[in-house]
Amino acid sequence: MRVSKRASAVAAIAAVALVAAGCGGGDDSEENSGNADKTANGAITIDGTQPANPLLPSNTSETGGGDVLDWLWTGLINYPPGGGDPVNAVAESIDSTDAQTYTIKIKKGIKFHDGTEVQAKNFVDAWNFTANSANGQQQASFFSDIEGYADVHAEDPDGEEGPQKAPAPKAQTMSGLAVVDPYTFTVKLAAANSIFPVKLGYSAYYPMPDSFFAASNKDEWGKKPIGNGAVKFVSWTDNVEIKLTRFDDYTLDDKVKIKDVTVKLYQEDTAAYADLLANNLDFQQQVPSSSLAGEKWKADLGNRAMTVDIPVQQLIAFPIYDKRYQNKDLRRAVSLAINREEIASKIFFNTRKPSTSWAAPGTPGATGFDCTTCKYDPEGAKAALQAAGGFQGEMVLYYNADASHKDWMEAAAASIASTLGIQVRAEGMPTFAVFRQNIDGQKMTGPYRAGWQADYPNGENWLGPLYVTGGGSNDGKYSNPQVDALYQEGSRLADEKAAEAKFAEAIKIVDAEVPSIPVVSVTQQSGVSNRVTGVKTNWVGSIDLSTVELV
Amino acid sequence: MGRYVLRRLLQLIPVFFGTTLLIYALVWAVPGDPFAGKCGERACPPDYIQFMTEKYHLDDPWPLQYLYYMGHLLTGDFGQTFGGRDIGEIIAQAYPNTLKLALVGLAIEAVIGLTAGILTGLRRNGFLDNLVLVSTLFLLAIPTFVSGFLLQFILGTQFKIINPTVSSEVPFHELIVPGFVLASISMAYVARLTRTSIAENSRSDYVRTAVAKGLPQRRVVGVHLFRNSLIPVLTFLGTDLGSLMGGAIITEGIFNINGIGREAYRAITTKESATVVGIVVVLVLVYLLMNLLVDLLYAALDPRIRYE
Repeated sequence: MRVSKRASAVAAIAAVALVAAGCGGGDDSEENSGNADKTANGAITIDGTQPANPLLPSNTSETGGGDVLDWLWTGLINYPPGGGDPVNAVAESIDSTDAQTYTIKIKKGIKFHDGTEVQAKNFVDAWNFTANSANGQQQASFFSDIEGYADVHAEDPDGEEGPQKAPAPKAQTMSGLAVVDPYTFTVKLAAANSIFPVKLGYSAYYPMPDSFFAASNKDEWGKKPIGNGAVKFVSWTDNVEIKLTRFDDYTLDDKVKIKDVTVKLYQEDTAAYADLLANNLDFQQQVPSSSLAGEKWKADLGNRAMTVDIPVQQLIAFPIYDKRYQNKDLRRAVSLAINREEIASKIFFNTRKPSTSWAAPGTPGATGFDCTTCKYDPEGAKAALQAAGGFQGEMVLYYNADASHKDWMEAAAASIASTLGIQVRAEGMPTFAVFRQNIDGQKMTGPYRAGWQADYPNGENWLGPLYVTGGGSNDGKYSNPQVDALYQEGSRLADEKAAEAKFAEAIKIVDAEVPSIPVVSVTQQSGVSNRVTGVKTNWVGSIDLSTVELV
Repeated sequence: MGRYVLRRLLQLIPVFFGTTLLIYALVWAVPGDPFAGKCGERACPPDYIQFMTEKYHLDDPWPLQYLYYMGHLLTGDFGQTFGGRDIGEIIAQAYPNTLKLALVGLAIEAVIGLTAGILTGLRRNGFLDNLVLVSTLFLLAIPTFVSGFLLQFILGTQFKIINPTVSSEVPFHELIVPGFVLASISMAYVARLTRTSIAENSRSDYVRTAVAKGLPQRRVVGVHLFRNSLIPVLTFLGTDLGSLMGGAIITEGIFNINGIGREAYRAITTKESATVVGIVVVLVLVYLLMNLLVDLLYAALDPRIRYE
């Protein structure tokens, strides 16, 4: 899960989880009319932000570093752009009969950028490294499904605040991982989980070359990373640029055609936009929010403008731990009182769409995820408020004031206030850090803004982490034993369709209890220069380098 | 003179410790947990927090952390950011760019400001005087981010005379427009300060004497009047170098210059005391040394001033 460091618009989406799928497929059609010779020796410049940490898949949870990792590495599977089921990349096959033990075969002859071959042990060792709590890696929890995770990942016996420290882990490797032969390994999960193989395209699951394990200082290694993707690392000047170049020994389908890629690290998206307008920048993932007003960006860019669907929703979440918000009728009333159409058109200039589902539009396996309270129904809202016995005092909606959330949160507050006739206002917290600290510490005293970007394209990702007891991002501490039971049943089913049905059933309960309010789903506004053609984005909206050609 | 300089340099030491201690304490007092918000819309894993807390001594009381930090600093080690980068390296990369930008700005404000000030000071209440009065008021009224975006849009995007952003090598000629933006407000101050100073001194005894001696106009103005009128302006210019460097964050953002502003901002929001102190320490040294330089220049300009 990655938090976006982009200055405004994407940070507005905020802090979200992001799994990008390397250089996702994107079939090259004949419509590309690039100049092949020019492209083969050509260079492009795209926008980016300074990675917060050294470029290690095990320790990167923000988009600045995550995008670069996804270009430098190719995972077991790729997620096609625009949703849809994952396709095998490094994996030859991922098989299981019981959804608990998976046999993963990888393709032969795939090379890391240092020339060594990608083998089963590169995956197993990397996963064991990340999961081991002695290494303190941010992405460790992605391996918590695997048998033996508890042995390598020691928990602090008295919690974070307590005086005791977590003991050293009991084992160095997870018992669920085994190398069968150089190109085959097995993964045994602690419990059956049909969703596990869908997650494997995320950067936390990338293989690491032998040189990484030999390196005594992993942070130093991460400043000159060696991946297995279609481009390799050349140099990184902090806050200035990261240079990548085509990896000519790349054997998979999503080869890049251009030679050099410079990721220019901007501090302000407005500066990147100025460069884009002057054709000095070949791709900007998200144009600044200041250019969205009155569709100025479309006028500025003409046919260089791109609108891209990304799997992101903006929500308002309830702190269920606060007594005042434990009544589901009240939560229903609030959801029905928000005029989403007006927020989408007046505040977001139609760059967002009113939410109608608990998952982002187009999410595979989320057909039964309809949100019945995601409509503006003043009468229903008033009736629900009455059923809840009214609301005492002032309702304060919170947001982080360091990104552009003020307008839509105030519009939502005004909509709730005028519909329900109660006192509502929106209040900003100075920074995302302060905001998150209050959320993590369960100190929120009112509904608050949330954003969710899918980690992997599956309806389960819009349920498990958000509404199941103990879910990684279930910040409001919503808990319903029925939802938990249905979720557990669903994830243990080997049959995908049957699992989907269970998840949809769980969402029905969520839909009736409204632990949070989907408000709008997000589209991305990108721009390209007049030098490139055929540019497509991957499923989370970052550029798919394999599609780029020069004119 | 030598003893004076030595005394001033020795005074730097307590100032250095005082400022670093204050800044360290201030950053420590900034609300927020360094790991809140670092891992997106979820709390950071506890073992990651524990690992980082131990690595950066975050559990210790801040005076102890400060001592750790000073111990390393005195051996030339600025420490590391939470992202594992050497702060000394960041400073070595970013400072020259900010310094270049500030120097270009200082040169622009000195040349334009002084010229305008002298011309208007000599011919008061004429057309030129009024023009400069109006245009300086205009410059003072426009905030940096407005003039920055405006010039970037007009010169960079519309007429394509300049690149909208500064390239990664930060060559001097690309810094002219950003330097102008950065210095525009100070430029107005310099013009008005010079004008007043020249106007006042042109009525003084030594100017009258010089004119009475029959010195040519150029010598009266250039040597006697200008040199003496420079003292208040020089005071302003000297301290302004520090202000320009510290205040460059907006200009750096607009023109995408890799300067200290971005790192300082990032470090403050993530509570990275070591980075903030490292950057500010160098800034404090610039202020102190510029002050010393200005004081020494006084003596060169005005023979009545002597340092013992």
